[in-house]
Amino acid sequence: MLREPFAVGDSPLHRLDPRIRLVAAAGFSCVVAVCREFPALLAALILSMALVALARLRTGEVLRRLVVVNGLVAFIWAVIPFTFPGEALFRLGPFGAARDGVLLAAQITLKSNAIVLVFMALVATMSLATAGHALHQLRVPDKIVHLFLMTYRYIFVLEQEYHRLVRAACIRGFQPGTNLHTYRTYAYLVGMLFVRAVERAERVRWAMLCRGFKRKFYCLQEFKAGPGSAIFFSLMVAALVGVIALEFRVVEW
Amino acid sequence: MTSHTPIIDLKGVTFGYPGGPLILRDLDFTLYPGQRIGVMAPNGSGKTTLFHLIMGLVKPLSGQISIFGKTLREEKDFAEVRRRIGLLFQDPDDQLFSPTVLEDVAFGPLNLGKTQAEAGAIARRTLDFLGLNGFEDRITFKLSGGEKRLVSLATVLAMEPDALLLDEPENALDARTRARLIEILPSLDLSYVLISHELDFLTSTADAVYTMENGKVLLDQEFRAHQHVHAHPLGARPHEHYALEDAHPPKQPPGKNE
Repeated sequence: MLREPFAVGDSPLHRLDPRIRLVAAAGFSCVVAVCREFPALLAALILSMALVALARLRTGEVLRRLVVVNGLVAFIWAVIPFTFPGEALFRLGPFGAARDGVLLAAQITLKSNAIVLVFMALVATMSLATAGHALHQLRVPDKIVHLFLMTYRYIFVLEQEYHRLVRAACIRGFQPGTNLHTYRTYAYLVGMLFVRAVERAERVRWAMLCRGFKRKFYCLQEFKAGPGSAIFFSLMVAALVGVIALEFRVVEW
Repeated sequence: MTSHTPIIDLKGVTFGYPGGPLILRDLDFTLYPGQRIGVMAPNGSGKTTLFHLIMGLVKPLSGQISIFGKTLREEKDFAEVRRRIGLLFQDPDDQLFSPTVLEDVAFGPLNLGKTQAEAGAIARRTLDFLGLNGFEDRITFKLSGGEKRLVSLATVLAMEPDALLLDEPENALDARTRARLIEILPSLDLSYVLISHELDFLTSTADAVYTMENGKVLLDQEFRAHQHVHAHPLGARPHEHYALEDAHPPKQPPGKNE
């Protein structure tokens, strides 16, 4: 079962206006994504770690997610330094790791960890339903928001359907291996999932028509930005200005 | 409209999916105000299709569909039908698509042009009526099967319909929710047609049971209460069955066969 372990909580961050959190996370990501200077990136990483601490997330769950992200980052370390032109910083057998390549890989590592941590602290701390409504109120186009919310709703149904199919295969002795039978079985399974999804979509559309659907969704949730949210937003803006100042060496580390 | 105008009146309706055999042949069916009709028939006999025809989700090959005395042909004719007749789908996952319970129940009233405050109030009232207070902010897909069914019913009732079409509402329900449904359905001041595979359930909720055969709806066996002698393990212990008298008092004295 897909879970949202961070969505419930009572930390100061959980109580902030979801719209402010979404804007802050988006702003942070944009700034960090284009930074190149290490002092700026390190400051961003420290800021993101502070936010995770403020959100009082369970360390184990946070680390588990970081492992996934850094699994991908490991591939970057395995490839970029050794394929970059330039003077070798160190050698592994016949392969030389270029200094510029190592620096680039290190930048990517810092950026991705900082951004993922901020999203855990600010965005994963609201339910996806809330996120959808917050996006709606931030004037994100209706169609994107509906696509997002309907995906969220039915991904669980598809997951169940997937498990049902896998169980059906398992109880008849199916064991995945590296052979044509396995590939064919998985192809059938995915194909069947698509067929079922299309049928499900038709029935859902009917259910919506039966309740007078007129291609318009309404949102009942209302958000209020209290003084806490305003203070948080000002602090975030100040912190990001600090990061930008470090990037342009207006201030020194 | 007098109370003698049928809510639903199908005449000579024939339907089959493209490339398939005919599912309904020259079918006649009428629902009058105040009637509670159960339909019990084997799988594949076209019960669900019958409901979809009434709601205008599929169109008949031939025949005539009149709802509230008006003959309906095109998509826009059916918009009114969908406001006044509520369809409870077989699978609650088809019916509940909003993230939270309150939003899902309010979806219909909002589509009918109610304000957010009105729709919210109707939704809360409906949830209260079904004993679902406290469910407002629950996430729809995280509900249990029985809860999903009751919330689905709430979404339909929130439209304040004149009649209901219920497609196997007792399917895959736990005993408690089942008993709740048997309590709720007859207490509604609504006409309905109810598809079920369980005679027990139908006797507790419907006044008459029809069957379907060869693409037609067959009338009308009057109900007679009767008792069975039966045996099963733990039969000596005090226990309950869903008996006719318990849930829904018979409208006439029990028959001779008792």
